[in-house]
Amino acid sequence: MIKIQQLSKKYKGAENYSVSNLDLSIVEGEIFGLLGPNGAGKTTLISMLCSLIKPTSGSFTIDGLNYSKNRNQLKKLIGIVPQEYALYNSLTAYENLVYFGSMYGLRGKVLKNKIMEALVRLGLGDFAHKKIGAYSGGMKRRVNLIASILHEPKVLFLDEPTVGVDVQSKNVIIQHLQELNKNGTTIIYTSHHLNEAECFCTNVAIIDHGEIMIEGKPKDLIKNQSNANNLEDVFIALTGNALRDHV
Amino acid sequence: MYKLLASTYKEFLLLTRDIGGIAILFIMPLVLIVTITLIQDSTFKTINESKIPILLVDNDKGTISETILKGLQESNSFEVILKEKETIAKELVFKGDYQLAIVIPENLSSDLNKKVTQNVGRILAEFSLENESSDAPKKEEIPKKEVNLYFDPATQLTFKSSVKNGIDKMISKIETQSIYKAFQEQISDDEAVVVFDTDNFITFKEIMPKGDEDKELIPNSVQHNVPAWTLFAIFFIIVPLSINMVKEKSLGTFVRLRTNPVSYATVLGGKTIVYLMVCIIQFVLMLLIGVYLFPYLGLPVLDISGRLCLLFIVTIFSGLAAIGLGLLLGTVANTQEQSAPFGATFVVILAAMGGVWVPVFVMPKTMQVLSNFSPMNWGLNAYYDVFLRNSSFMEIVPEITTLFLFFIATTVISIIYNEKKNAV
Repeated sequence: MIKIQQLSKKYKGAENYSVSNLDLSIVEGEIFGLLGPNGAGKTTLISMLCSLIKPTSGSFTIDGLNYSKNRNQLKKLIGIVPQEYALYNSLTAYENLVYFGSMYGLRGKVLKNKIMEALVRLGLGDFAHKKIGAYSGGMKRRVNLIASILHEPKVLFLDEPTVGVDVQSKNVIIQHLQELNKNGTTIIYTSHHLNEAECFCTNVAIIDHGEIMIEGKPKDLIKNQSNANNLEDVFIALTGNALRDHV
Repeated sequence: MYKLLASTYKEFLLLTRDIGGIAILFIMPLVLIVTITLIQDSTFKTINESKIPILLVDNDKGTISETILKGLQESNSFEVILKEKETIAKELVFKGDYQLAIVIPENLSSDLNKKVTQNVGRILAEFSLENESSDAPKKEEIPKKEVNLYFDPATQLTFKSSVKNGIDKMISKIETQSIYKAFQEQISDDEAVVVFDTDNFITFKEIMPKGDEDKELIPNSVQHNVPAWTLFAIFFIIVPLSINMVKEKSLGTFVRLRTNPVSYATVLGGKTIVYLMVCIIQFVLMLLIGVYLFPYLGLPVLDISGRLCLLFIVTIFSGLAAIGLGLLLGTVANTQEQSAPFGATFVVILAAMGGVWVPVFVMPKTMQVLSNFSPMNWGLNAYYDVFLRNSSFMEIVPEITTLFLFFIATTVISIIYNEKKNAV
């Protein structure tokens, strides 16, 4: 589904590459976890795959489409759940979703039904016509997710979709993502919640300094790393305990 | 097209959900236009109708000071208060108690009469027979006279110059009449015989452009102020528009839109349509105020007869120019702290350059050249063409074309800048 070849990104004025000569293949139907410490290059990689930023070198294809030649077609194929809520606070959840759905060409009854169905499924049916500004963090996260999946993307990118939400909201989000995956959506997901990733992802890659350190099924990675009981042990073993503060 | 409609509806919702913002957007321009017109109209009346108290020190006690006093009283502009001493008058004016003091020097009447008689006598002697040239009066040195004017330092220059011009005109008339009088006395002994007609031979007739039904379009403070301040209010749209765009960036919705299959032009198109509607509503409210409220405030009625269609055309193009500028500012600015103060200050600069406060023709040469680059100048000229010059559509085409090109240019720059900025 996604083929990345020698992909690199160096921001203007930066000393180092944020993503460096990265090769990766993600198979259709996978839930792929991109894990790594702060500044490892996860968001930069996802931003390139979503056409938000241009790669410095290298290339990638999604469903056989090249990003530089088929940008608009690619946009229809993918959905992105950004880290920010990315919703209009003075609009209701329904109005927000109508707007973002319309941007994918959805309209009329089809759009309305999709919105209400998704809102009900994610426990927000009763709050459809309440303004987003009045929503809790967990509720906003769920609407943020719906806004990205109304057009039924083939590939869904999630940049820390469960950050700052309570356990109940997190479970609802994860369940819904699993349902989407069952229905054929390939999911690429970044998170700092390694336990969540261990349970949720079919494949993970640990990325640091813009390079992939290791890639595979979570169970295999744990098994192959000495003294590792979980994904967090593997992660620490590969990336170390040093803080990654940088400005 | 559907995406544009959806964007427009979203912008409409965002705008209408901010009741405070809407109130500011519509009410403040109305408050502005009423306040400015009332002030400007009262300034106009100050000079023409209500009386300003001024001081007069009459050291002459002659016919000229009497004529000046009479002239000032008859002008209906001044309430003349007589003072005995120049020092007292000067002190009162410099303290700000009075705007003006006029000090008429000693012996002004007698010395002017002497001077005129002397000059007239010499002229007549020149025209007489040679042997009568001995009749010419002997030349006596008469010192020149100065009428001292004291102005309150806070007095505005326009008031000062209009008063100076008025007094200068009055003195010139007195001098002329004295000369005629002296000639008359020399030529005829009978005072009842009128040799000279001292009335002004040349008078002025102001001819105004004619509107429908051959009715003259007489400009007044309302006809001047409504277009100027309407334009100012329309251009202030760049502040809320740019803030709206900066907010979208900080909310993250702009990032989401960049991942959606929608062009930046469509996003800007939605904003343009909604904010253009705002400009038109602002304009309609201003017209309604001018037509229906101003008469109740003692102001002249705004005359829009037969010009409504052209006024809307000018408003639409002026609104587009303002929106183009707002879109550019919103695209370039990263924070509200950048967009709001810059937008507000820039509008004031454009208004000043465009001739909203001071007419372009009185500006220094450099500023006159710069004013050609202010979209407010193009808009104001188009409004004045319609409001005051009774121009046709073809006559406003150059101005509205320039406004439209400005909108296109700023929008295209915004789109290109956005592309470049996001190509990190």
